[in-house]
Amino acid sequence: MTSEALSSRATGAVAATGPSGPKPNKLTLSRVGVYAFLILAALFFLMPLWVMVVTSLKGMPEIRQGHLFNWPSMLTFEPWLKAWDTACTGRDCNGLKPGFWNSVKITALSVPVSIVIAMINGYALSFWRYKGSEFLFGVLVFGAFVPYQVVIYPLIIGLSKVGLFATLPGIVVVHTIFGMPILTLLYRNFFTSLPVELFKAARVDGAGFWGIFFRIMLPMSVPITVVAVILQTTGIWNDFLFGTVFAGRENMPMTVQLNNIVTTTTGIREYNVNMAATILTAAVPLVVYFVSGKWFVRGIAAGAVKG
Amino acid sequence: MQHSVSIKDLSLNFGQVSVLKSLDLDIAQGEFIVLLGPSGCGKSTLLNCIAGLLDVSSGQIFIGGKNVTWEEPKDRGIGMVFQSYALYPQMTVERNLSFGLRVARMKKDEIERRVQRAAEILQIEPLLARKPVELSGGQRQRVAIGRALVRDVDVFLFDEPLSNLDAKLRSDLRVEIKRLHARLKNTMIYVTHDQIEAMTLADRIAIMKNGVIQQLADPHTIYNKPVNLFVAGFIGSPSMNFLNGALDGSAFATENTSISLGGYQFTKAPSGKTNVVLGIRPEHIAVGEDARKMPFQFESEIEIVEPMGADTIAWTKLGGQSVTFRAASEVALVPGQKVTIGFDPARGSVFDAASGDRL
Amino acid sequence: MTQVAQSGGSAAGLASAVAVKPRMRRRFNYQSVIGTMPMIATAVGVFIICIIFSIIWSFTNSKLFPNFNFIGLDQYVRLWRTDRWIISVQNVFVFGILSIGLGMVVGYLLAVFMDQRIKGEDLFRSIFLYPFAMSLVVTGLVWQWMFDPNLGIQEAVRQLGWTGFEFAPLVKSETALYGVVLGGLWNGVGVTMAIMLAGLRGVDAEIWKAAKIDGIPTWKTYLFIVLPMMRGAIATSFILQCTGVVRVFDIVIAMTQGGPGVSTQMPAIYVIQHITDRVNVGQGMAAATMMLVPVMALIGLQYFLQWRSNRKAGRA
Repeated sequence: MTSEALSSRATGAVAATGPSGPKPNKLTLSRVGVYAFLILAALFFLMPLWVMVVTSLKGMPEIRQGHLFNWPSMLTFEPWLKAWDTACTGRDCNGLKPGFWNSVKITALSVPVSIVIAMINGYALSFWRYKGSEFLFGVLVFGAFVPYQVVIYPLIIGLSKVGLFATLPGIVVVHTIFGMPILTLLYRNFFTSLPVELFKAARVDGAGFWGIFFRIMLPMSVPITVVAVILQTTGIWNDFLFGTVFAGRENMPMTVQLNNIVTTTTGIREYNVNMAATILTAAVPLVVYFVSGKWFVRGIAAGAVKG
Repeated sequence: MQHSVSIKDLSLNFGQVSVLKSLDLDIAQGEFIVLLGPSGCGKSTLLNCIAGLLDVSSGQIFIGGKNVTWEEPKDRGIGMVFQSYALYPQMTVERNLSFGLRVARMKKDEIERRVQRAAEILQIEPLLARKPVELSGGQRQRVAIGRALVRDVDVFLFDEPLSNLDAKLRSDLRVEIKRLHARLKNTMIYVTHDQIEAMTLADRIAIMKNGVIQQLADPHTIYNKPVNLFVAGFIGSPSMNFLNGALDGSAFATENTSISLGGYQFTKAPSGKTNVVLGIRPEHIAVGEDARKMPFQFESEIEIVEPMGADTIAWTKLGGQSVTFRAASEVALVPGQKVTIGFDPARGSVFDAASGDRL
Repeated sequence: MTQVAQSGGSAAGLASAVAVKPRMRRRFNYQSVIGTMPMIATAVGVFIICIIFSIIWSFTNSKLFPNFNFIGLDQYVRLWRTDRWIISVQNVFVFGILSIGLGMVVGYLLAVFMDQRIKGEDLFRSIFLYPFAMSLVVTGLVWQWMFDPNLGIQEAVRQLGWTGFEFAPLVKSETALYGVVLGGLWNGVGVTMAIMLAGLRGVDAEIWKAAKIDGIPTWKTYLFIVLPMMRGAIATSFILQCTGVVRVFDIVIAMTQGGPGVSTQMPAIYVIQHITDRVNVGQGMAAATMMLVPVMALIGLQYFLQWRSNRKAGRA
């Protein structure tokens, strides 16, 4: 390194005058501009998170002074405890706790069910097409674009007819239905990208529909399943509409409960408690996001392939 | 004499990896230079440095006598043609040719004149209104050449321009480029890994390996007098036969054969007994009647025969070492056949076995 | 003899024709049908039958419960005479054009800046993308506070000394919708950025070299050469945002509940309100059926474009 620098300087002096070696690295105005823009943008994106965190750690008197961005002068974790344990929605004052556990139940059941079904769909659509299977797939893709409101009401009627409306199995079924288009597409694209010779070889070896699925396809689809799990976990946890309509009071998910706590108009508005509740609700998908990192981006890209 | 392109003590490092190592290269006005080498030898990197697309770590680049080491690519007086054509896909051919000139705010009629001239030279006038997707690979590459042409520059850079084309088109366009050079007489620097392109196009070939130019010479010299084992092995297909042995005086000896090297012109007189490699090209080996006129002859058994149509490649052994030779297709050869084979050692090349350099 | 040879030849020809499409339909496999039962039920039961029922009930005077008293187009006539609906449709158009337009521009801009070989790219990417991990309800609530005139940005800036500063879009009906757009942008623009950045990275590096040799300034290269090359990324993010716009519901509920007045009403809210609080299923279904129209139009457009490109490919 040093010797090279020396030699280049030496030849520069001896051989010829004028520019030699790398172009001097000027810190140009445009370079400063790029970073200035990106940092400003980053501040815009971070601002709400910062406000949420600092407000949730303040007492109400300090909030009323209106120093939105300031770090709390008196740190308190009271709002967090209240948001979790005793915040009120209407008459009930149990905090977010029940909503959290409802969301856990809904997510823990819906994610595996919807993924297993979609995996089989994608597998069958790639290797075991039958008369009409492509049509069904077309309908499913169409379903990815249909506004939920168009099917919600008949679905309510249908689910109440079979006694599933406003039950835990009912909301699981609903999440499975509405997750199916994208997940099926995800798995179908994955399985069709596999070499068809793999399937042919297994057929020659005498394996059937389920044999090939369990012994060959399932072990190979681990990476795409990670993407699917991320996609579904955040999607179902963040759902609001289906939770409002289909879950019923007993199984109300966290997002719905959060909205109810915040919009409860009785009494004074406790902003710190509301912010703590909001952070708590956002915590699970945020943890998934930061833990999964690059996989999350891939999940978004996978969700985008539906286009 | 003023060099068209001059590279002085040029080095390029990517972190710890040294890609180009103090290269010097002087290219005369109107010369066609081919940079040839295996992938990763630094030939494309060198071209990108000349173009100004990469910053050098040390050293200088002169184009047309002007130090352009720190200049922007557009100010270097170069045009460049790429492997993937790199045409702007949403613009018509006419737009592709003129976009750079328009951005430089050249006068309309001058742009018109240049585009017309380039289109005429390359015979792409009927294509001017089309978009790149509607063109064949060969047509696209003509347009890409045209884009370099309209810049009206002294130096053309080609970065493996024919690698994306199929064999037939490749040889057609190769001739086209040669014709273009004959007509325009610009300096051209051409990067390829294809030795046929290099041999047919170049005034001089620079063979590169690991960021160092191994030999810079005209194709004839490169082919007949390679400076080291690498160059000897890289050029020629099928590649040169290498026989291991020892040199004692003017005789080359393997375990059981001795070949007299009388008539061979040594570049460095060897002293005493040294281990050497004798290289002899397959096409310099004769068989049958022709072999009997050669200074060195041996009897041998044919092992494998590969008929190529125009000629035949045959495999045999000389003193236990494998030897291939090229025979006319009329010569009937069958495996197991005993034949007489001969060559003139003076046409061969002798390399020091330790350093690989030509003796 | 010749005949046998011929038929053998044609059989081989047939086999090779089949081999071109190796994923052609195979012999019927009932296991495959059993395995995809849930898909069959969903595709037929939900995405066909439910939609048909929605359309049927839109022609009835169903109130709390569905009935089959057909009243023709009355619900649609009433729908298009209802200010609340017309405003909803206007709102969703304004919201859609603004949020898709801004999303595209800002997303591409961010992607371009991210593409400048910057330090800490991963950090910036995480920052731009994390809001997307949060639900739209959370997004709505957060921005509702940010826009609160007494506690939010407006008050914070006033305390810095700029006492005339006004920035509380949600309290005025003329500006409330723009507030929702900003919240939605915060949530989703990172995704557009990520898709656009992937598109930028997919552009042939030699295009950039050619542009540099031609002396085309960087910004012109991004705008006139690279942007038109990213049709795939643009289409993907466009469709992604379109589906989001048609469905827009959560964020409005959390941010404004459709107010002040009806200034941020949306078709999706209209439907839900009519099948719940307003107990007028027939009206709700008419509105829902109308929501299907733009989706059908988009799909039709997609088919048309595909058909046109197929025809082009056929001619070439």
